[in-house]
Order: sequence, then structure tokens, then C-alpha cells
Amino acid sequence: MQHTALADQTLELHDPHSFVTKYIWSQDHKVIAIQYGLTAVFVGLVALVLSGLMRLQLGFPDTFDFITPSSYLQFVTMHGMIMVIYLLTALLLGGFGNYLIPLMVGARDMVFPYMNMLSYWMYLLSVIILMASFFVPGGPTGAGWTLYPPQAILQGTPGYDWGIILMLVSLAVFIVAFTMGGLNYVTTVLQARTRGMTLMRMPLTIWGIFTATVLGLLAFPALLVSAIMMLLDKIVGTSFFMPALVSLGENLDYTGGSPVLFQHLFWFFGHPEVYIVALPAFGMVSDVLACHARKNIFGYRMMVWAIVAIGGLSFVVWAHHMYVSGMHPAFGFFFATTTLIIAVPTAIKVYNWVLTLWRGNIHLRVPMLFAIGFIFTFIHGGLTGLFLGNVTIDLPLSDTYFVVAHFHMVMGVSPIMVLFAAIYHWYPLMTGRMLNDALGKAHFWLTFLGTYAIYLPMHYLGFLGVPRRYFAMGSTDFIPESALSLNASITVSALIVGASQLIFLFNVFWSLRHGEKAGHNPWGATSLEWQTPDVPPHHGNWGPELPTVYRWAYDFSVPGASHDFIPQNEPPDAAHPTSDEHDERGGAI
Amino acid sequence: MDTSKPDNSGYTEPGVSGMVADWAADKQAFDMPWGKLMMWIFLLSDTFIFSIFLTGYMNVRLSATDNWPNPSEVFALEMFGHHLPLILIAIMTFVLITSSGTMAMAVNFAYRRDRRKTVLLMAATAVLGASFVGMQAFEWTKLIVDEGVRPWSNPMGAAQFGSTFFMITGFHGMHVTAGVIYLSIVARRVARGDYEQKGYAIVEIAGLYWHFVDLVWVFIFAFFYLW
Ligand code: HEM
Ligand SMILES: [Cu+2]
Repeated sequence: MQHTALADQTLELHDPHSFVTKYIWSQDHKVIAIQYGLTAVFVGLVALVLSGLMRLQLGFPDTFDFITPSSYLQFVTMHGMIMVIYLLTALLLGGFGNYLIPLMVGARDMVFPYMNMLSYWMYLLSVIILMASFFVPGGPTGAGWTLYPPQAILQGTPGYDWGIILMLVSLAVFIVAFTMGGLNYVTTVLQARTRGMTLMRMPLTIWGIFTATVLGLLAFPALLVSAIMMLLDKIVGTSFFMPALVSLGENLDYTGGSPVLFQHLFWFFGHPEVYIVALPAFGMVSDVLACHARKNIFGYRMMVWAIVAIGGLSFVVWAHHMYVSGMHPAFGFFFATTTLIIAVPTAIKVYNWVLTLWRGNIHLRVPMLFAIGFIFTFIHGGLTGLFLGNVTIDLPLSDTYFVVAHFHMVMGVSPIMVLFAAIYHWYPLMTGRMLNDALGKAHFWLTFLGTYAIYLPMHYLGFLGVPRRYFAMGSTDFIPESALSLNASITVSALIVGASQLIFLFNVFWSLRHGEKAGHNPWGATSLEWQTPDVPPHHGNWGPELPTVYRWAYDFSVPGASHDFIPQNEPPDAAHPTSDEHDERGGAI
Repeated sequence: MDTSKPDNSGYTEPGVSGMVADWAADKQAFDMPWGKLMMWIFLLSDTFIFSIFLTGYMNVRLSATDNWPNPSEVFALEMFGHHLPLILIAIMTFVLITSSGTMAMAVNFAYRRDRRKTVLLMAATAVLGASFVGMQAFEWTKLIVDEGVRPWSNPMGAAQFGSTFFMITGFHGMHVTAGVIYLSIVARRVARGDYEQKGYAIVEIAGLYWHFVDLVWVFIFAFFYLW
């Protein structure tokens, strides 16, 4: 039995009439995507300001009275948590996932639009709860984004009474929001593809978002459970994670809990989280690269399987974050091995990106610049990851700035590069206007070079042994004077990079009214989202009839074709037959 | 493979590659309504939640510093002058499993469009579920009032006994309660005839949730009461 596609149930789509139902309580995936996006960018800016404050303290110690050791820890924690969860996860999945999935697979909307709307409002609630923690007595938690007990809930840690509770509640609400959205994304990809859109014809963007969502649905439960258990430890006085201990000379009532259990639960979520952020970025960058190099993506099928393999493997590497927590050597061996194995599909992807560029007709437009920038930063961060995956190398480097440099390159800067690429690439579709090119290039070069000015020296600081999460280095023998001037230079670069984001924001708002009109499909892209009857697409996306797909999303520069791209919904004719990669013709690969 | 055909249905390839091609064909991967697939995926996610709860419980139990109380003693009742270990749990489990039976029958009658029987059986399921929650409340009261077990302490040994017990059975009890509410709403709508047009897949979807909650209980039962 075939179940009717949403196309045939136009009754289900309530066309909104008033401003409120159209833009506020909206069930349209495109509006929800923009709501997610704006909220995420807003909290992202908060996190960016926090990082600037931290850098001020590190670069110029003893200068800023309003940054105390406690507030420094609070900045670190909120910065890290916001960046990872409330910015990247929300923007990549809630923002781009929402916008692109129905358009790219040829659906009219998500399968359950009402739940999709609720997902956004729950997300907004979680953000409000999180922001509220800046205003409660004691301020936000300063436990580090990993929230390790016992210290997270003990006196002495900033925000140990109110901040941590709000943080945990906010995370739980976020997980509910994510689940409501995520169920929609997965079901839409599996069940609501238009005619001809087989799984192996989906753009890699969809594969990345889809797999990341599945990871989220399976990994967030670990965070939810640990949040519940820690809340009980904090509020009710249970001892899940709390051993018997003496705090400030006082015997506490806790007894017999296991702090290491929390670390396992947290990282069982935390490592897949890295890929929840990375996989959508992998997918989107593949599509941007192929489009602006006017070439099919190299090794499409390998790319798909690499995404799936990385997703699967990401559940069996978590304890590489816990080498210093003490572990049976056999487990250390196991987790080091799995960690290095995950490098194989990852490396395949990198080779394929580079081979996609190879002899392509590269247009160095702004999205392409960011996409190529991503290849650099990702290779860079990935290589240091290989170091840290080995127990013996990790032990001395753990909790130093080498780690800070590593994860910023691989999961901070790299997804951000892709997000910028994606915004420059899809902005014309979302708004009907192009972003300004000159401003975009300035934004790119400042961000890209600035990134290196910030993070390259951090590797060196890490080798010196400068520890992370430290308010100040104090007078330590092993840290030379020069480290201080290095820190000052990092801070200057960070402030420049931070300020250069203003160029971007200006560009986004200015182009909304003054940008060049984009017209239809300005990049000459093949995938379905550019083939809508209206730009930007209207409610329901496709007009009276859903598109039919005849080919994969990478028919660029097909020999003999009249254009250098063939949209997925263009019917084949005798002159240019379709070219899925697995065609035996050999032309596609 | 001839990819010029937009619709691959009806196209068969032999063996594994045929299966893959079939599954990856256009429109939909699983032959079921959207809501049903979504419920399956949600339950998969929920399975992870309960598995992690139970894994956490095992870990906490193994690393607890005090003695773990003997469950068959803790959960014994004096009935009719007899000392019956685990009797209440046995009844609770029986009730819940029976409710899965009535639910399965409700699904059957729903697809046959026998609305009266469907509603009756769903109501029976909800009542059985509610009485499960009632017995659970009784058990909690007994533990708290008579035995002095608290989430943070336990006169019989390890404090984690109470913590994990209240947390996990509480979380499960909330699932059952939510299920009772869910079933009641759906049953009401069935009675009103809201699904005459759309079809009765919704009853099966509610049933999936209910069976899942039931299955989870079997694991909780095994891990808490029999270990
Ligand atoms: C201009 C951009 C950024 C700057 C200048 C910056 C700077 C910093 C600094 C100074 C720290 C604290 C180091 C310490 O004392 O241990 C930090 C921590 C961190 N950052 Fe960033 N960061 C930036 C962007 C990002 C992005 C995009 C992410 C997204 C993944 C991110 C994720 C984190 C995390 C997870 C931590 C660790 C928090 C903790 O230790 O609990 N950062 N960052
Ligand atoms: Cu990891």
C-alpha cells in the first residue's frame, strides 16, 4: 500500500493568513528554520562576546577588574556550552535541517509541521532558561562545559546552587526540542521524498543532516539521563555521582556514588555530539564544493558510506576523552584503536573533497572560499586529533591549550566555516537577494587568517604545558615570558576576528534590501531547492505539482549538455541520458 | 540499472542488491504511515534512555560501598497470614501484560472498524494501566512509610537502592501515566468517529507505545526484583 504523499493532501497544509500565523506561530518549515537560525545566531553572539572577555583576561592579565577568577570560569562554561549546543547544533539541524530537508527531497513541508513548530518554541524556552542563569544569585555555572561532578554541584564552584540547576534544566528542555524536530527530519527524509528521489540520489547535505539527526536521537538520551541524575544529586540529595567527601572542612551527606559514571554518560553523548555538528557540515560543504567547482562530487557513494560509517563508529570512541581519568590499559587500547579507525572514513572524505576540486572549473566566490577554508582548518584539526587519540601522547597534552587548539580547529572553526559557506550559498534562496561580494571576501579573509593567528600559537602554548580553564598563569617556572606576549597577540587577533563578524552581520541586514536581486538559481545549482517556482519558495514549496527527479544532484559540466549543469528534475532525453554515479557509462566518476 | 525511469516501483533486481534498491527507492523507505514510523523512531530513542538508566543502575549498584538489600525481602507482603515475596510485583506485572493483550485486541477491532469494541478494549487497557500506577503508588508508600527508604538514604543498606528505585520506576510510571492519558484521548476520538476518514492507524500507533512501556517494565522487573 502506498501512503499518500503530502502533495496529495493539500488539505493538511493550512495556508496562514495573518501575520502572526505566518511569521510567529508558523508551521512552515522555512519560517521555523529562520526562527531557529536567528535565535541561534543571537546566542552565538553572546558566546562570542564571552570568548572576547576571556581573551582580554588572558592577553592582558591584571587589567580588567570586572573579570574575576569565578567569572572567568563562568565565561568558559557558558561559551563552550552555547557554542556547541545552542549555536552549532541548533543552527545546523534546526536551522539548515529545517530549511533544506523538505526543499531538497521535494516535499511540501516536514511530515508533522505542528510538532516542528513546537520544537522551535521549546528551543527558545531552553535558551531563555539558559540566559536566565546570568541573572540568578551566584550567576551561571562555572563547572566547565563538561559539568563534571562532584565539583559541578559543590560549594566553591561558581553557580553551584542556581546556575547548575538552570543549566541542567535548559539542557533537558533542549533535548525535548531536539527530539521533536529530529523525529520530523528523520521521518521526512525516509518517507516523504518526491517521485524519483531515491536515497542514493539525495544530495550529501541531506545525508549528513539525516545521519546527524539519528546520532542525536541516540546520543542525547545519555545527556538527558545524566542531567536528571545530577539534578537529583543536587536537589534531592541522592548520590549517583557523588562519593563520600569532605568539603570546606565539612563531611557531606553524600556516599558511595561514582563520578566516573558521569564521565562515561557525558562522553557517550559528547563524542557523537562532535559528529552531530560535523556531519551536516560535511554534507553541506560537499554540495557547495561541487557546485562552485562545476564538477560532480568525487566518489558520491563512498561519501555516503563514509558518513554512515563515521556515524556508527562515533558511538564506540567516547572514552578517548577519559584517558586521564584512569582506565584499564586494555580499554585504553580499545578506545585508541577505534579512534584511529574513525580517521579512515574521515580521510576518505577529505581526499574526495580535494579530488572534487582537482581540475574543476573553480569559481572563487565567497561560499567557495569558505568551503576551501574549511578543508584547511579541518585537515589541521583532524591531524592534531590523531595525536590526541593515542593514550601516551594524550596524557601529557590533556587539559592543555593543545587540546583547546585542537577542538577549536576541528569542531569550532570548521563547522563555522561551513555555516558561513552555507549562509553565503543559500542566502539568495532564502531572501531572493545576493550578499555583497566585496564585504563577503573581506569577511572571509579576516576570519580565515585570524583563525590561524588565534589557534596556531595555542598549539605551542599547549606543548609548553599551559593548562586550559586557567584564569591566569601566575609565576610558573616552566612558562617563559614569551608565552605572555604570545597570549597578548592571540587576544588581539581574537578581537579582530570577533569584530570582523560585524561585517558579516552588516552584510546580512544590508543585503536584505539593497543586495543584488538573485533571480532564479544564481549559482547554477542542480539540487531541487533551487528549482522551486518562486524565489524565495512560497508556503508549500512547489506550486500545484511536486517535482519529479530523474538524476543525482551532481550533473555538472556534463559533456554535450546545453548548460554546465542539469537540474535533478530535468527529464532525460536521448542526447544526455541521466548519470547517477553508479551508471556503468563511467562518465560520472 | 535503468535510472531514467522516475518511479522504480515494480523494478526488481535479484538478491541483496535488489533488497537495497527496493529499500532505497523513491518516496518512502518503509511501508507504513508517517506517524507509525515516527513512533518507532521515538521508541528507539526512548529505548536508549531506559537502557542508559539501567546501565547507570548496574554501575551504581556494583560500585556502591554499602550492602545492597535483598529485593525479595524488601518487596514481600504479608497476605492472609502468609509471607509472600514479590507478590505485589507479580500482580503488577500480570496486570500490565494483560493490558498489552487488551491493547492488541483493540488494534485488531479498530482495523475492522468495530468502534464500540475498540473503545471498550482501549478503555480496559487504560484502566489496567491506571491500576498499575495505583499499585505502584501503594508500593512506594510502603517503602517510604513502613520501611523508611528515601531517595537519599536507606536503613537497609546502600542509599543508591532507593535512589535508583525511585528514579527508574518513577520514570517508567510517568510513561505509563502518559500512556493512560494518550489512550484515553485516542479512545474518545475513536468513539466520536474522528478517524472514519483517515483510518485507524492511530490506534496501532498508540498500541506500539503501550507495548513498549510494557516491555520496558519486563526489563525493570528483571533487573530490580530478580537480581
Ligand atoms: C572567535 C572565536 C573563539 C574564541 C576566541 C574562543 C576562545 C575560547 C577560549 C579563550 C576558551 C577558554 C580556554 C580555557 O581557558 O580553557 C574557549 C573554550 C571553549 N570553546 Fe571557544 N572560542 C571561539 C569559538 C568557539 C567555537 C565556534 C566553538 C564551538 C565548538 C567553541 C567551543 C569551545 C569549547 C567547547 C570550549 C571549552 C569550554 C570548557 O573548557 O569548558 N569556541 N574558547
Ligand atoms: Cu571524542
